[in-house]
Amino acid sequence: MKHHLILRVITKLLVGPIMLFAFYVQFHGDYSPGGGFQAGVIMAVGIIIYGIVFDMEHAKKVLPAWFVHKMLAFGVLLYTFTGVISFFRGKNFLDYSALSPHSAIHGQHYGILIIELGVGITVSGVMIAIYYAFGSRTSEINDAEW
Amino acid sequence: MSLSISHSDSFSLIEQLPILQILVPFVSAPLIVFIGNRKVAWWIAFIASLISLLIAINLLLLVNDGSIISYHIGGWAPPIGIEYRVDALNAFVLVLITLISSIVVPYAYKSVENEIPEQHHTLFYAAYLLCVTGLMGVVITGDVFNVFVFLEISSLASYVLISLGSHRDKRALTSAFNYLIIGTIGATFFVIGIGLLYMVTGTLNMVDMAELLEGKSSSSTVRSAFAFIVVGVGLKLAIYPLHIWLPKAYTFAPSVITAFLAATATKVAIYILIRFMFTIFRPSFLEELNVLDLVILPLSIAAMIIASLIAVFQKDFKGLLAYSSIAQVGYILLGISLMSERGLTAAIIHIFNHGITKVALFMVAGAYVIKRGGSLLTDLQGAGFTMPWTSTATVIGCLSLIGIPGTAGFISKWILVEAAIENGKWPLAIIIIFSSLLAVIYCWRVIETLYFKNGDSKIIVNEAPLSMLISIWIASLACIYFGFNTDTTISISDLAAKMLYLTSLNSY
Repeated sequence: MKHHLILRVITKLLVGPIMLFAFYVQFHGDYSPGGGFQAGVIMAVGIIIYGIVFDMEHAKKVLPAWFVHKMLAFGVLLYTFTGVISFFRGKNFLDYSALSPHSAIHGQHYGILIIELGVGITVSGVMIAIYYAFGSRTSEINDAEW
Repeated sequence: MSLSISHSDSFSLIEQLPILQILVPFVSAPLIVFIGNRKVAWWIAFIASLISLLIAINLLLLVNDGSIISYHIGGWAPPIGIEYRVDALNAFVLVLITLISSIVVPYAYKSVENEIPEQHHTLFYAAYLLCVTGLMGVVITGDVFNVFVFLEISSLASYVLISLGSHRDKRALTSAFNYLIIGTIGATFFVIGIGLLYMVTGTLNMVDMAELLEGKSSSSTVRSAFAFIVVGVGLKLAIYPLHIWLPKAYTFAPSVITAFLAATATKVAIYILIRFMFTIFRPSFLEELNVLDLVILPLSIAAMIIASLIAVFQKDFKGLLAYSSIAQVGYILLGISLMSERGLTAAIIHIFNHGITKVALFMVAGAYVIKRGGSLLTDLQGAGFTMPWTSTATVIGCLSLIGIPGTAGFISKWILVEAAIENGKWPLAIIIIFSSLLAVIYCWRVIETLYFKNGDSKIIVNEAPLSMLISIWIASLACIYFGFNTDTTISISDLAAKMLYLTSLNSY
């Protein structure tokens, strides 16, 4: 897209604010609209639009495919291990009140923040992985293979 | 939920068993992706399966006396929060799933190496564990929407797993896509049914829902919800006319996956059907609608006879077994449709016995795929001499499939016939025996090709790898073991059936 000057300039301007907005949605998700899922998608949009306009190879330099795979696994692990912590405090799985020794309400608050972060990482990882998978498709299946 | 803080740092493993059952395979799946080494992936899958099996057996021992374990996720009490609820039926199906998984994973090591390209191995094991998680979640949960979520987890994973067969045969892609479309329609119907029930009752907890549904059986919303759920689950469990996805998916999927799904996926769908019919809608509702006599019974008879007839004319060993699976689902549904405790016992015990029989047979088919290059009956000619151990296991599996005395298959068919006669429906007993005779015909075709059609004049023993043989033989010996030691399986199925018929359900 070398000849699309306007697109390139606007994209460069937008990628930063998009990511900033993703973080806003991520960390204000517990008391305003938003949360990990939306933030993950918005974050992925930042990378994907960069990839579309400046070629996917450049996007892959920022976030290599292997790293994206680890991201989506890490998010799920973060979520589950947050739940597992409550086991060791004598509470049931995902009982966030076990997270803070002082106040159950704070515990609930931390819990939702951490698992939403896990959700956000996984969702953005999945979105980017899907984009990479479709974007880097090899040539069509040749006749001999059918 | 109380927000007071108790500093009881006691970590009681027994109390956390229901969630650990799900968590162990669920955490292992992303861990495999995170580590990203295919040898480690196999080990994680194997250890996770074994731990799950231990947990499932423990749970079964805990509920063996007819008690119910209720686990509240996040500490939120049931009608609002999600509840995991384990009773005899759940625990029995959980043991089946984890047992099959523990048998199949050692077998997978060589089979996957042979059938799936190396770069997909880690993702294969991750998807496999997600499939196991989904199936177990469906069984253990006491929340209807949770059932749907776990059903989707297992289904999505199984679409991926089936499509991985494309390395050996490109048709795996179309059959996986077919299954995806039909499976999604099934899941949609199922969730529409749940939505309608939620509209009527305002709750998603099974026990709560059952109580609130009482006396609302004439409501057309409830009735259409029931219809949607039966059709949706019917697509998943391959009730006779809704079975078209099954034969192709089972034929072209990797052998490991066929073995695993054939033994568990349809069984879990049957579990959902039983759970909805008996725990949520209650037998009185079924009697009022007469749905079992008018719909399920004719369809199960059609499955038993037509699917068996189609199996007789199959050219592919896996395809033959797939059609036989549809026929066997017919037996289980027949047991349910008898509307008696004995019939339900027969259905539950056949879920287990058919599970171990089919896993043995499909694993054998996978061994032929590796050594003979395919599972067509023409590929199998004379294999009885070149692969003696594998073929002996085939014979045992076939005998159990037919229901010869001394095998697991005999026990469940015997109880089924008994239940049919007890209900005064002796024509059904004749149909069961007739269908078994059809099973004799298709099993004989396999045995004939193995032993009486010698392809080569020279016999060179070329046996399947040892790790595969061990799994195959564990499953085959289990077929015989559960044919003789029937106390455990019968007593548990009996207990499960009794508890389903108990109208006054225990509260939390």
